[in-house]
Amino acid sequence: MLIKRPSDIASSEITSEAVYKDRRRFLQQMIGLSVAASLGGYLSPVQAAYGGKPLTYSKAKEFQLDEKLTPYKDVTSYNNFYEFSTSKQAPARMAHTLKPTPWNISVEGACAKPGNYALEDLLKPQALEERIYRLRCVEGWSMAIPWVGLPLASMLKRFEPTSDAKYVLFETLYDTEQFPNQRGRVLDWPYVEGLTIAEAMNPLTLMAVGLYGEVLPNQNGAPMRLVVPWKYGFKSIKSIAKIRFVEKMPTSSWMKASSREYGFYANVNPQVSHPRWSQKRERRIGEWGRRETLMFNGYAEQVAHLYSGMDLKKNF
Amino acid sequence: MSHRSFSFYKRMVFILCLLPALLLLEGVLNDRLGSNPIEALVRQSGDWTLRFLFITLSISPLRKLTGQSYWIRLRRMLGLYTFFYASLHVSLYIGLDKFLYWDEIVEDIFERPFITIGLLSFLLLIPLAVTSTQKMIRRLGKNWLRLHRMIYLISITAVLHFYMMVKADTQEPWIYIFILTLLLAFRLPLPIKIPLPWRKGS
Repeated sequence: MLIKRPSDIASSEITSEAVYKDRRRFLQQMIGLSVAASLGGYLSPVQAAYGGKPLTYSKAKEFQLDEKLTPYKDVTSYNNFYEFSTSKQAPARMAHTLKPTPWNISVEGACAKPGNYALEDLLKPQALEERIYRLRCVEGWSMAIPWVGLPLASMLKRFEPTSDAKYVLFETLYDTEQFPNQRGRVLDWPYVEGLTIAEAMNPLTLMAVGLYGEVLPNQNGAPMRLVVPWKYGFKSIKSIAKIRFVEKMPTSSWMKASSREYGFYANVNPQVSHPRWSQKRERRIGEWGRRETLMFNGYAEQVAHLYSGMDLKKNF
Repeated sequence: MSHRSFSFYKRMVFILCLLPALLLLEGVLNDRLGSNPIEALVRQSGDWTLRFLFITLSISPLRKLTGQSYWIRLRRMLGLYTFFYASLHVSLYIGLDKFLYWDEIVEDIFERPFITIGLLSFLLLIPLAVTSTQKMIRRLGKNWLRLHRMIYLISITAVLHFYMMVKADTQEPWIYIFILTLLLAFRLPLPIKIPLPWRKGS
């Protein structure tokens, strides 16, 4: 009798990655559709604005990167998101408590159109684009991530900031039900970050709503987060609930926690070392060796002019 | 306890102490250490160094509490395991985390107090490991005990190293500080004698 033995070739070796991924996407789409149908058209604000879980976007030609992408698994399972936990593995496990639907953004301060905006209304008129950016964490590790989002400038302009708007302050949602670690005192909640108006309006600055072509997973800062690729990762604030145009330089949460260690600018700079970490080199997640850290994380051409004449050692 | 059964237990403890290192190795081989395996290796080898230091420091309280002297015959092995995990921790930091970039290592040692104090703790452990043999104990006589009391200082600097390393969430280091305080408090002379009924002669 012929007994069939299972093949010892892994299915991942038979199916090419692209096809394999497509299948996954297809399944997700089907699941997404059936869930949406069963809930009577229920969709996240980002999905409501763009339709379905796989987002519709164009690839921004000038914002591509000739580097190997950090795998989806690593991007979504190695996260600094202290609102959940100070462990980097925990957010992926815990982030189901975050409910990015519905989501409102409070726009305040020096602008002509302040108000409480539903996220989908903010997103609808905008076209999404995919941009591949390096992400450099102050702790000395880095990734290359395909974000999906829109230039922050195009969103901010709609609020018509006045001439008093010298800085933009961002706040993460404060809700201890959704962010259990906000009950603790690891940082002074809610998380606050800020940019100068010039930094905010720079074409590189992205408001991200997705990664790897999909809606942002909760642990990556759903439904909407900042991506400022030439600054250390902690500047790229997650799950934004408030935007305020202000005249004075905001004090960020990390500046409050330790002003000696964290400054307002936090530009990636291999020549300015941090009290805890030499910033000369970095470890790309997935690699064993160390890479040289690039000035402004490799975006000097686009942003160096913002800091001309500034002492970057003092304004760290 | 008979000599034979004690040496059996000692062998079991020896193997047990090796387990954390074997589990780390297994984690590397099977890609179970997460997205940043190097960070995990350095952190976990450091955790185990502190834990073994505490286990070693709990031997003499255990002897006092139980009135059994066989505990003390495990102490050298546990002390050497502490040194083993400390060496692993330092090697992983130099060889993998810093990938032998000596400019960064030197900068770390001179500019980052938590590294300075960590390295100091490790360097102070070396003479203790070197003088752990029967021969050295005999040769040093009274000085041996004086030298080995340094472990109290090392335990403080080692825990301080952990506390200073942490970025914002000091909860875990505080647990270590608490345990260390208990272990060191055991060394203080008691103002009154506490009777331990299960102890012979007390």
